[in-house]
Amino acid sequence: MDLTADFFSLFELPRVFRLNVSELDSRFRDVQAQVHPDRFANAPENERRLAMQWATRANEAYQTLKKPLGRARYLLELAGHDVQAENNRAMPADFLIEQLEWREAVMGARSGGDHHELEHLHNRLRGDMAERYDELGRLLDAEKDFALAADRVRRLMFLEKLLAEIDDALASLDG
Amino acid sequence: MALFQIAEPGESAAPHEHKLAIGIDLGTTNSLVATVRSGLAVCLNDEHGRPLLPSVVRYHADGSAEVGYEAQKNQTVDPRHTIVSVKRFMGRGLADIAHIEAMPYDFVETPGMVKLRTHAGVKSPVEISAEILKGLKARAEAALFGEHGGDLVGAVITVPAYFDDAQRQATKDAARLAGLNVLRLLNEPTAAAIAYGLDNAAEGVYAVYDLGGGTFDISILRLSKGVFEVLATGGDSALGGDDFDHRIYCWVVEQARLQPLAPEDARLLMMRCREAKEFLTLNPEAPITARLSTNEMVDLKLDVPTFAAITQTLVSKTLQPVKKALRDTGLHPDEIKGVVMVGGATRMPQIQKAVGDFFRQEPLTNLDPDKVVALGAATQANLLVGNKTGKDDWLLLDVIPLSLGLETMGGLTEKVIPRNATIPTARAQEFTTFKDGQTAMAIHVVQGEREMVADCRSLARFELRGIPPMVAGAARIRVTFQVDADGLLSVSAREQTTGVESSVMVKPSYGLSDEEIAGMLQDSLTHAKDDAMARALRESQVEAERMIEATEAALAEDAHLLNAAEQEKIRASMAKLRAAAAGDNRRAINIAMDDLGFETQEFAHRRMDQSIRKVLSGRKVDEIRMGEER
Repeated sequence: MDLTADFFSLFELPRVFRLNVSELDSRFRDVQAQVHPDRFANAPENERRLAMQWATRANEAYQTLKKPLGRARYLLELAGHDVQAENNRAMPADFLIEQLEWREAVMGARSGGDHHELEHLHNRLRGDMAERYDELGRLLDAEKDFALAADRVRRLMFLEKLLAEIDDALASLDG
Repeated sequence: MALFQIAEPGESAAPHEHKLAIGIDLGTTNSLVATVRSGLAVCLNDEHGRPLLPSVVRYHADGSAEVGYEAQKNQTVDPRHTIVSVKRFMGRGLADIAHIEAMPYDFVETPGMVKLRTHAGVKSPVEISAEILKGLKARAEAALFGEHGGDLVGAVITVPAYFDDAQRQATKDAARLAGLNVLRLLNEPTAAAIAYGLDNAAEGVYAVYDLGGGTFDISILRLSKGVFEVLATGGDSALGGDDFDHRIYCWVVEQARLQPLAPEDARLLMMRCREAKEFLTLNPEAPITARLSTNEMVDLKLDVPTFAAITQTLVSKTLQPVKKALRDTGLHPDEIKGVVMVGGATRMPQIQKAVGDFFRQEPLTNLDPDKVVALGAATQANLLVGNKTGKDDWLLLDVIPLSLGLETMGGLTEKVIPRNATIPTARAQEFTTFKDGQTAMAIHVVQGEREMVADCRSLARFELRGIPPMVAGAARIRVTFQVDADGLLSVSAREQTTGVESSVMVKPSYGLSDEEIAGMLQDSLTHAKDDAMARALRESQVEAERMIEATEAALAEDAHLLNAAEQEKIRASMAKLRAAAAGDNRRAINIAMDDLGFETQEFAHRRMDQSIRKVLSGRKVDEIRMGEER
């Protein structure tokens, strides 16, 4: 094991999508407690630099694995599927039309100042996404169908963005 | 020593003597210094028993500098050469500074940071701040060592969480200029959270509302099992108690129909306004009286409702960042377990009320809002130098307050590291050339949240040269941002396709180079320049000793991670360094240090890895699978 090892092995966690996130949290803290620059503040310069590299790596690993989308993309990357590179592949028309409808609904609620409707859209989308993440977990951990998983990840990237837009709209109404 | 801590976190290495470290709150209005004595953080008072040092520097006609109460008392005598609230100028250009028309100083517009012309010559805010830090350092040394003298191991200096890279770098430069070994720049609200959290064994999510003399911060932290994790931070680095004084001042000028004032009168009136503000904390009404040099008499009364009315926009201006930070965490106000109030300006009743209303709870005021930052800094300094027992061990995970990015085509910013990223952090981004045969590329580093480069703070510009000529779009230039644990950025860039490495490290352009610091240090020394040389040599020797000690400790502990040949190499390097450190050739010492650093690098990695394996091995693997994920 070294600085170039993958993020799962850094925390000695199994390479799976359905990760116990609270276990990740505590392992991240355990690792940072060992490598953080604050542990080396009075150490020689070379050790301080090393601590910065390790702590940087631990932060990057944690940020990547913490959220399901980041974790899924990383798993695909490890399996040799670069989601980003395949990104320009066209999405199916029905998915795109659905996206347009969502967006219109959000814009309408936003310009109408309809807080309630935005909350409703937020909850509906969250429900939809939860199901999709369940499916993604099955594809990645059980069926190992990475090609299909990559497609699902690309969809979820759209949906995460949409969710952020809804939250922005809610925030702007809150002033 | 730090190496021992890897093996046994929470246990002190050897029965070494207690190392002396200090925490400094370098404030806009007042500064403090604190240390940990017999396990307790205390502020160090001056010879009159006063904990505060007014952040006021007066340059006398003979070029000498005076800091603190005397300078403050006489500020109306020579306002042009008596600098108050210099923190507002740190890392700032003339155009960035508000209310410049009401200031009596002789500003000199220089690229990057503004400068001030004084009796002692043209001074940068870094140099002026260094005078304040020198005063605090002298106070600490007197309190800790008496007449015998001694060496401080280092200092933690606090900065507003919302300080950008320019302001942080300026603060670190000032501390170095004052001869302090900076252990860490610590965010002020985080320091307060440490002091509060440890005192109260707090667990849960807390907000720290920190309104100082010239800066405002809001930080939201999760405190859990000895980990202080900053979830989000926000603020306004040009909003503070001073602005409330200024509102009163404007009100007075308007009420009394005053003509434009002489600098002395303006300063006098500003002092009266500050006094009135403080008086209103406990009284319903404050008198404001002043006799001006024109013989005009100002005689007014300001009551609490009027004060609240004229400062209402300032109060709500602080709530915007609060909302934004809260939004960044995804939490609701009622999920905040407590709101810690920091900074003298939070004594104002309208602030207490507004914060209480927003979080729907009484803010926590059971700590001294003036001292809590310095106390937290001292506690952190004590931990950083390795003075700790098992129970007072904790980990701090802080964030950067503002996104870092690069200028792309059309004056737009491309974010490379988002705000609230946990530090230290690094991110790389790839760029390409847009013209055939292009051999150089301009890189412009900016900080801020806005989309247009013009609306963000420009941190550095540099050029990457020596890109091999290729067709447009073929070159691959990888720009890497590294933010260290002080929240300071360094940027490197390199062209990847050809294997030809063009790499450059930049220090943001307003930062002082090491040579400039060395030059200033020399200038400031009253003795001959031999002193500066001797000091530099001593510093290298100390660093060499530290390195030898650390390496020996590491070998004693973990020699099993090395084979015989590797051990032999390290021991040989160590012997060379020992020999060099005994001499007075600084360059030879530094070379020997680099050499030992190189030889021990792999060893250090293995030790780091071993310590991680050890701490993780206590955890059961079967608990991990198929857990709930969110």
